[in-house]
Amino acid sequence: MSLGAVTGSGSLVATALGGQEGAGAGFQPVLPWLILALPLLGAAVNGAGAFLWRDDKRIPTIVGPAALLGSFAVVLLNFIAMSGAEPHGAAVVGLWNWIVSGDLRIGVDLQFDPLSMLMCMIVTGVGSLIHVYSVGYMRDDPGYSRYFSYLNLFVFFMLVLVLGASFPLMFVGWEGVGLCSYLLIGFWYENREYANAGKKAFIMNRIGDAGFLVAMFLIFTAFGTLDFIPVFEAAEGTLAYGGALVTGITLLLFLGCTGKSAQIPLHTWLPDAMAGPTPVSALIHAATMVTAGVYLIARTSVLFALSPVSQGVVAAVGAGTALFAASIAIRQYDIKKVLAYSTISQLGYMFLAVGVGAFTAGVFHLMTHAFFKALLFLGAGAVIHAVHHAWAHGEDGHGDARHGDPNDMRNHGGLRKYMPRTFVFMWVATLAIAGVPPLAGFFSKDEIIWYSGVYGTPILWGVALATAVLTAVYMARLMVMTFHGRNRTFGHGGVAEAGRRLHEVPAVMWAPLALLAVLSVVGGWANIPEALPLLPTVEWLHHWLEPVFAPAIAVKEAHGFAPEYRAPAGGGEALWAGVSAAIAIAAVVGTVRALSPKPVPTEAESEAPTGFARVLHDKWYVDELYDRAIVRPSLALWRACWRIVDAGLIDGAVNGAGRAARLLGWAGGQLQTGRVTTYLVAFMLGALLVLGVLS
Amino acid sequence: MALYDGHWILTALVVLPLVGGAACLLVPEARAKTVALATTLVLFALSLPLFWTFDTAESGFQNLVSIPWIEAWGISYAVGVDGISILMILLTTFTMPLAVAGSFSHIRRRERAFYAMLLFLTTGMIGVFVALDLFLFYVFWEIMLIPMYFLIGVWGGERRIYSAVKFFLYTAAGSLLMLVAIVTLAWIFQDGSGAWSFAYDDLASLELGRRAQLWLFGGFALAFAIKVPLFPFHTWLPDAHVEAPTAGSVILAGVLLKMGVYGFLRFGLPLFPAAATDPAVVNAMLVLGLIGILYAAWVAAVQPDAKKLIAYTSVAHLGFVVLGVFGLTTQGIEGGILQMVNHGISTGTLFLLIGMLYERRHSRRIADFGGIAKVMPVFAFALVVVALSSVGLPGTNGFVGEFLILVGTFRTHPWIAAIATTGVIFAACYMLPMVQRVVFNRLDREENRTLTDVNRRERLILAPLLALILLIGVWPGPFLNRTRASVEALIEHVETRTASAPPVEAASVEPSSVEPVLIEAPSVEAASVEAAPIAAGSGATPAHISKSAVEAGEGE
Repeated sequence: MSLGAVTGSGSLVATALGGQEGAGAGFQPVLPWLILALPLLGAAVNGAGAFLWRDDKRIPTIVGPAALLGSFAVVLLNFIAMSGAEPHGAAVVGLWNWIVSGDLRIGVDLQFDPLSMLMCMIVTGVGSLIHVYSVGYMRDDPGYSRYFSYLNLFVFFMLVLVLGASFPLMFVGWEGVGLCSYLLIGFWYENREYANAGKKAFIMNRIGDAGFLVAMFLIFTAFGTLDFIPVFEAAEGTLAYGGALVTGITLLLFLGCTGKSAQIPLHTWLPDAMAGPTPVSALIHAATMVTAGVYLIARTSVLFALSPVSQGVVAAVGAGTALFAASIAIRQYDIKKVLAYSTISQLGYMFLAVGVGAFTAGVFHLMTHAFFKALLFLGAGAVIHAVHHAWAHGEDGHGDARHGDPNDMRNHGGLRKYMPRTFVFMWVATLAIAGVPPLAGFFSKDEIIWYSGVYGTPILWGVALATAVLTAVYMARLMVMTFHGRNRTFGHGGVAEAGRRLHEVPAVMWAPLALLAVLSVVGGWANIPEALPLLPTVEWLHHWLEPVFAPAIAVKEAHGFAPEYRAPAGGGEALWAGVSAAIAIAAVVGTVRALSPKPVPTEAESEAPTGFARVLHDKWYVDELYDRAIVRPSLALWRACWRIVDAGLIDGAVNGAGRAARLLGWAGGQLQTGRVTTYLVAFMLGALLVLGVLS
Repeated sequence: MALYDGHWILTALVVLPLVGGAACLLVPEARAKTVALATTLVLFALSLPLFWTFDTAESGFQNLVSIPWIEAWGISYAVGVDGISILMILLTTFTMPLAVAGSFSHIRRRERAFYAMLLFLTTGMIGVFVALDLFLFYVFWEIMLIPMYFLIGVWGGERRIYSAVKFFLYTAAGSLLMLVAIVTLAWIFQDGSGAWSFAYDDLASLELGRRAQLWLFGGFALAFAIKVPLFPFHTWLPDAHVEAPTAGSVILAGVLLKMGVYGFLRFGLPLFPAAATDPAVVNAMLVLGLIGILYAAWVAAVQPDAKKLIAYTSVAHLGFVVLGVFGLTTQGIEGGILQMVNHGISTGTLFLLIGMLYERRHSRRIADFGGIAKVMPVFAFALVVVALSSVGLPGTNGFVGEFLILVGTFRTHPWIAAIATTGVIFAACYMLPMVQRVVFNRLDREENRTLTDVNRRERLILAPLLALILLIGVWPGPFLNRTRASVEALIEHVETRTASAPPVEAASVEPSSVEPVLIEAPSVEAASVEAAPIAAGSGATPAHISKSAVEAGEGE
């Protein structure tokens, strides 16, 4: 793969977004193909290693993280180069022609613009940290090399997803990350439930992908191309504002988003996906892959801006999912399930943002969420790792079976004493996600709440505020149950044993946590609101992304979008930022104070919740509903197709016809001597006879 | 290149397997497989230059040879290759060595006859793809049937006789009507021009009335629909696949199932353009293809037998191909041809893999496995890759074909294509549970603990297949561009001829006295028509096609 193999649209095509001719001329991507080649190479080497040097962990330990760090270095170079070029246009690099048929041309073209570069920074940056952490977390796993192969491959596909310059190439990444997610959820495939979870994720994602595909067909039929830049440039002239076509296209794309980003109604795969190794949950199911839906809407913002109906649907589904998932998170005991529902909820926030037209706010929260949610998952992984090792240490290796589930927070408690670093980092992330200033989540979430009121409706605003309260509550509950109070890992009386066996994780694991903690603090400073000009980076991200979203905003403004910057209940941004910060702090403090004195029963002692708590604990019975209403009837129908239609009707008719031709069968039977040579001779003789007669 | 000027090559491809097959019968039992493998490898080597030297700009037949055979009846030995058959020929020559090598440890009795049958079958298959005389085509078509009947009936499983007879009756019933249609066509030609001819170009130049076209198309269509197989003519396939030996299944899936669609492309559409573009016919074919995609996927999803499951997936995959062909767009047909190759590779490999499992465990029941990845990691890797190709994951060959088919069909029949797109969901519903229950989950059966991973011979078989899956997935250009000129000429031909066909008339068979027009004849007007429906997008309704085609007709 090199630029020498360039075909089609020319070696290096620089095109400006939004009709700004030549605006991107200043930026030339540096070694663009290397960004993708390194993780792919890493996947290949580690994949080969899974077969060839299964027990040698040195090569994957070096190759796995190095592939990512190298890729991150190249991304960083490009990011700096792009920052220097003003204004930041889009550069498209063509590698080779992929599918050419008739008037359809799909190239392997990479698009470098502010949005894709920001995503690349997140993917390779957070990805590098998680790869390093994995060296410690997966150290004792027999599938170590296979793990790094999948993880590298995931990053490769994720980069294809964000760098692809056309819908189909993005779709390659879109389904590719789904594949890696499938492989990594079912990484410990010997456990049937884990393997089932991977399968469920793949199939539910495919429902969304079918929507993505049909959207592409509509786009190609309407525009005659599937490349981003020409489609977006022609969008306003080709698609009528609010028309059925653009609404259809965007709703189908959004169906794809609900699958990939686990929004209602396709959200149920993500909690099950926690079956995968915890670093995978951090990388794929929190920081990067699940945000692909938000990225897709940001990327196609012009199309969504043309359809108020679709925007409304996106905002409503986002807000609904945010509140719904947060309500479930409050009643979960599995630490990863809490975080999974939290992720679904936070993704709902992002969709709410891009749905009301606050595209920058959505991407901003995507970025900060990647920092603090990766940190939360890796911290949870550290806790699970510590508990697992405490149980397994010095025993027969089957400690988990005897003690319970290391993910269950009822088996944690008081871990602050044994894991002081993890404890601090986790609190940083908790305060960040709860929206406590000046941490990252405060700025990004507050922006979403603000715009959901200003651009959206009072209901969306109310839901966003209510979700913020729930977020603070379930996160504080998680911290209290895990790190505060008395330890329950070895039962209520096993504190002495816990002291001997529970330890802080090694540096290779806590060092990435420390870096993520720093990012969780400062990440939000990338887009300081104008109302609170505390730092020189006021609206930096907004300006950075402006070239990408300007066309969409222009479309909205051309159709009567002129918001009044006042909250639905009155008041300006600074006031409401203060209010939401106060709410977050009050909710965190209140929860800690309310829950800390209460003794927590261990997993074995606790009774099933009752009433509404049970509905929340059982996740509103959505899985059960799908099983009864869709899965089982489908299987029944499919069996009927086989037994009744195929074996019954069609074959019945065929066999009936066969019996009618019994004479033929009888004659055939006479010739069935069982000797192949007889058949052969007869066959050759017959053929010669026929040909002879005809000549 | 002088040595390889091609005129002898197609004939060599037809004759060589026949000679090799005869040789198999003569050598000692133990040597038969060596002879067969050598023959098929030489065959593949011979066919490769056909690919390199293929002129991608030429839409007509290349390496054309025509020798009078039965002059009184106008029958000739005419062979040639174009963009529609080139990939099919190579698929055949590529599949055969793998099918032979895949049988080495499986076939233990009557080896001479077995390998002879495989090679005779090869002659029939290549003959079908190269024949440019309808009588010759029919001869090869029937020759193919017999070795396959014996492969199932002699070397098959427990219900082999039932399956073989079912296969034979199904396909023979279809071919008989086709013979009637072929002879009728030749007679019409004789009626118009005074001389008999079975030559493809002669018969393709006939200007038939719409009604005659519909009848004759029907005669061909049944034979082809059974071969595809199109719902509801598909029930011979699962039985034939399950009972056939591995090589038989590989060839069935790899090559034989391509005959039906090839027949539609080579004969159905060009000979009877008005019938093949008749809205009723097109809708019927599209709906049957669509039913195949969904219904077969559903039935596949509940199969307890791995081989039967894969057999049903073939029906679903070929449903996609039929959709692409009758959507009648460049993307749809090119995608359809590529998807035939893809299906041959991926489904053929799946049958090889299931065969390898069967040889070790003597079971094909999905429930008998589980956790195989622990003891057969290379096998598991191959199965997962091929399964992903089968479900059409981007990056594998399956996606390129399916995407082109759907994007093409969507332009002319958006609703059908949109519903067909849900097939990608059901593909995951049948393939992933099977993969999971075979290679993942706990290795909980004692018998499976001692299974050995694929050996060197099996790796050598799998490696080129897996390589092609990825190569076509990321770089389908060399394959697509060989089909382009012929596909575009075909669409142009069908559209111009549909317009020039006389309106519905009283006489059922009314040969036209118009000077026969060769399909390759380029005309400026026609060329402009060719681009029209593509640019028109979803607006390319039948009315639109006929309108632009009428303009072209006036131009002539």
